[in-house]
Amino acid sequence: MLQVRKLTKRFGDKTAVDSATFDVEKPQMIGIIGRSGAGKSTLLRMMNRLADATEGEILYKNRNVTDLRNAERRDWQSQCAMIFQQFNLVPRMDVVSNVLHGTLNRRSTFATLFNLFPQSDIHRAIEILDRLGIAEQAAKRAEALSGGQQQRVAIARALMQDPAIILADEPIASLDPMNAQIVMEALRRIHEEDGRMVICNLHTLDTARRYCDRVIGMRDGRIVFDGVPDQLTTGMAREIYGAGADFSETATSTEIESLDRPAPNVVHA
Amino acid sequence: MTDFSLLDTAPTQGVDRIQSSYLQQVRKRRLYGGITLLVFVLLMVSGFNIADDRNAGSFWDGIGKVGDYPADVLSEAWEKLSDLPGLIVKYFPALIETINIAAVSTLIGAVFGLIFSLLATRGLARWPRLIPLFRRMMDIMRAVPEIVIALVLIFVLGGGPVPAVIAIAIHTAGALGKLFSEAAENASLKPVEGLASTGANWSQQMWLGVIPQVAPNYLSYGLLRFEINIRASAILGFVGAGGLGYELRNAMAWGPGRFDEAAAIFILLFGSIVFFDQLSSRFRNRLSEGRAT
Repeated sequence: MLQVRKLTKRFGDKTAVDSATFDVEKPQMIGIIGRSGAGKSTLLRMMNRLADATEGEILYKNRNVTDLRNAERRDWQSQCAMIFQQFNLVPRMDVVSNVLHGTLNRRSTFATLFNLFPQSDIHRAIEILDRLGIAEQAAKRAEALSGGQQQRVAIARALMQDPAIILADEPIASLDPMNAQIVMEALRRIHEEDGRMVICNLHTLDTARRYCDRVIGMRDGRIVFDGVPDQLTTGMAREIYGAGADFSETATSTEIESLDRPAPNVVHA
Repeated sequence: MTDFSLLDTAPTQGVDRIQSSYLQQVRKRRLYGGITLLVFVLLMVSGFNIADDRNAGSFWDGIGKVGDYPADVLSEAWEKLSDLPGLIVKYFPALIETINIAAVSTLIGAVFGLIFSLLATRGLARWPRLIPLFRRMMDIMRAVPEIVIALVLIFVLGGGPVPAVIAIAIHTAGALGKLFSEAAENASLKPVEGLASTGANWSQQMWLGVIPQVAPNYLSYGLLRFEINIRASAILGFVGAGGLGYELRNAMAWGPGRFDEAAAIFILLFGSIVFFDQLSSRFRNRLSEGRAT
């Protein structure tokens, strides 16, 4: 379904992503882990085509999307929605308008410049917000919402695109544990109920273990681990994070439950 | 898997209500938007008609003749093409005078604009209660056209570059003060606080804490103002402040016969503005790139 072949990105003489290769056969929830600077964000940005790849290719349903230009590129971007760490909403516009931005690729430029969206789209936007539990906030400005609510608005915008793939770049890194759980559960539910592929950059191991079907570990731009969460041993984790023997998973945990858990149990579907 | 109880807290039956209330809001917004647009169009049309009625001639009758004067100038200049290099050399000293007026007045205006801006910025001002006073002073300096100040000063001091410098500097201080103050508002107060904690006085806090943050912006605004001031000082030449404008007025007032001189002056003015525009944009680019690395 999705094939990434020797994808490479260089900034000057620095290699951010070094020939990343992986295959996704069916819609899965995939977590990409690694420490900061490992190239996780760059990998996702190349897949959404926010950044151009230096070498290599991305194939979706046997179509090469790496070299798409202009309208074709924007069409691909509308099929693979992106969620950002800092939400990237328009702060001064109301929540529903922000969600409606998910339809920009399909609507005429002229109508959208005057903020004219069809009534059916507005209805759907509010239904999506209701599904994420924030329909009550519909008419508020995005900047008036808490971080967790804003991230759910960003997810609603992604869902409004009706995408095949959702890319989430550190979606919970700026949220408190409670909101992090709500957002991760929302992403998991979107994967299970809608059958969309979700690829999620995470910086904590236990989140990846808990919510993902498959984990890809990156270190210094290379993919050093690719497998199911059960295969992710402490030794492997130390390898990914380049950590010494003092590394322990609970030390980096942001899950509320980890306070009660003496050792991280694998809670996994 | 995990439970989703957290997500299902919102009552689902409320969706219809939220949808209809939001749609109502959207309809209201669209109505207001439409009315605003209508009023705008009506104002434009009626304003145009009033202005056209009050004109000595009619806009529609005159519009066809807009090109006549430039055409006269160009055709005459074309006939005397061989004289142009000589005329450009002849008027070059006047151009230098014009640029000198602009440079000196920009520099003086920028210094005063800097002081005014820091005194008028919330959070930085030396005397917070006097912020409105300094803001109104800048407003007045901006509001009075340069040409009015220049005319008064020429009446008092006699013709020459000095009244032009003073007039442009006053306007520049007001205009740059406003822009500088907006840039300073966005500066971080943390370094200022850090300096205050060491016992630094206000001038030290501003010069060492704020200026390094805003210097690239200030310089870029200053260069933009310099370009504007070249034009302004050329215009002030028309009222007797010397420089290129004075020569241009003479060439144009004499009518046909000296249009080749007018053309030479236009070429000089255009060339120098292009030159300084290129220079300052290159300089500004280097500043912003230098900040990135």
